Amino acid sequence: MEPMAIVSIFVLAVFVGFEVVSKVSSTLHTPLMSGANAIHGVILVGAIIVADHSSTNLELGLSVAAIILATINMVGGFVVTDRMLEMFKGNKK
Amino acid sequence: MSRTLYDLIGLAAGVAFILALKGLSHPKTARRGNLIGAFGATLATLVVFFYANPGSSLPLNNLGWILGAMLVGLAVGVPAARKVQMTQMPQLVALFNGVGGGAAALVAIVEYLHLGAGATTAEVVFTVFTVIVGCVSFSGSIITFLKLQELMTTRPVIFPAGRFIIAATLASVIGVGGWVVTALGTTPLLVLAALSLLFGVLFVLPVGGADVPIVISLLNAFTGLTVAASGYVLDSVLLIIAGTLVGASGTILTRLMAEAMGRSLFGTLFGAFTAKPQEATGLGEDRPVRSGSPDDVAILLNYARRVVIVPGFGLAVAQAQHTVRELADMMIAKGIDVAYGIHPVAGRMPGHMNVLLAEANVPYEQLAEMDEVNPTFGQTDVAIVIGANDVVNPAAQTSPGCPIYGMPILEVNNAANIIFLKRSMRPGFAGIENELLYDPKTMLLFGDAKASLTKVVSALKAL
Repeated sequence: MEPMAIVSIFVLAVFVGFEVVSKVSSTLHTPLMSGANAIHGVILVGAIIVADHSSTNLELGLSVAAIILATINMVGGFVVTDRMLEMFKGNKK
Repeated sequence: MSRTLYDLIGLAAGVAFILALKGLSHPKTARRGNLIGAFGATLATLVVFFYANPGSSLPLNNLGWILGAMLVGLAVGVPAARKVQMTQMPQLVALFNGVGGGAAALVAIVEYLHLGAGATTAEVVFTVFTVIVGCVSFSGSIITFLKLQELMTTRPVIFPAGRFIIAATLASVIGVGGWVVTALGTTPLLVLAALSLLFGVLFVLPVGGADVPIVISLLNAFTGLTVAASGYVLDSVLLIIAGTLVGASGTILTRLMAEAMGRSLFGTLFGAFTAKPQEATGLGEDRPVRSGSPDDVAILLNYARRVVIVPGFGLAVAQAQHTVRELADMMIAKGIDVAYGIHPVAGRMPGHMNVLLAEANVPYEQLAEMDEVNPTFGQTDVAIVIGANDVVNPAAQTSPGCPIYGMPILEVNNAANIIFLKRSMRPGFAGIENELLYDPKTMLLFGDAKASLTKVVSALKAL
């Protein structure tokens, strides 16, 4: 990809990231951190890509480890965030 | 699948992540936001299986290994997230963050081995960045996990000449990073990974217990940036967007948390470089305290007009949230004005108490934030501190030398009477003595928070 395009995407994403969370109450700090934590679990996509083109046993072994860790991060992250937020739901009753 | 379609779906996942973070910032939309994020992540993962990278074909190579590894990840991650106790959620988040950082570092190492001499300088630079930061995030998160799980001391670990060792480690990490970029080769990269792991440990060790959540948030932002850097190397717009979003929002969140705790972000982050060994505080002193019985507490409550309940980690440990609600409901029925004073970082993480009390269906209106409740302590007859310590310790306002100095506290010392429900005289997470325990207007009720509260409830019923 064009370096300028990448820089543009990066800079815009930084500002979007700043904007979306700038007014969050302290109550939601923990779930928000946990949710963001789950989102970076998409490194799973990267782990699958490198597993696909692994040509040696070393590469494959490391990719398999990366897939396991990334899946734990992503799936566990979303599930635990949902559990935290499920408890907030009780308020509306 | 064409590259255009693949990229479009990736973009959709990126938008889902933006909506997820946006949703998570508001109480009403938080849960939906998280589900949107999970949807985006699932979409992004599924689509990889249907796109053949240049020079590769479908189905993916090593498909069995890939699916098997994902199943293992699911088998570990889902039960861990489902079964974890409320009190242990913070360390689980730390652990999830750590494995994410580890995954990013592994991906970078594999891609580096794969590219070999064909890598461009920019690719190598980004790989070096990912390996360093991913490894720091991994080992740093493990240390925060050990601290929160109390498998190691929660106090700052400071050793002689510590800051020079840390500075030297950081310098060698950067030096070896430069070596990798110029010399290439597998050995320098492995040396780099090892040094970065060491730096992560050294970086987090001097952080005191109360600052741990800030560090977790920071390491979370770090992991985000490594994902963005991997996205560059792997030519994936989605990873660049997702990683940058987490990096940026994580940085803001870290700053907000530090503000909520009245800590300077700089002081927390570079505490490692500036920390000096602290003088031992007056621990183990044998001074008289006034301890009472559940009946004493019930009588005090019965004749109060206004009561503020200050919950802390002890409430979470004892799972006493339902019992405390029962007590509050009884007092309200007697016409007593009851509020919960919520310190933003009571427990082990910001918002910990809100989550816990929400589980017991405590009405939202009864939860008062620190700024709201502090001016009312002057008119409060009884403040009940349940398993909290550091967040009400006046030392944060009065003794400049102590590790929590400057942290805003709930000023229960202004209430007419203070009741502490504590397991023992052991100091709080930050390891500092609390003068308030010896105050003449303080009454201590020793024991497990749930057991003590149950006794108080029955004593109050009997009155």
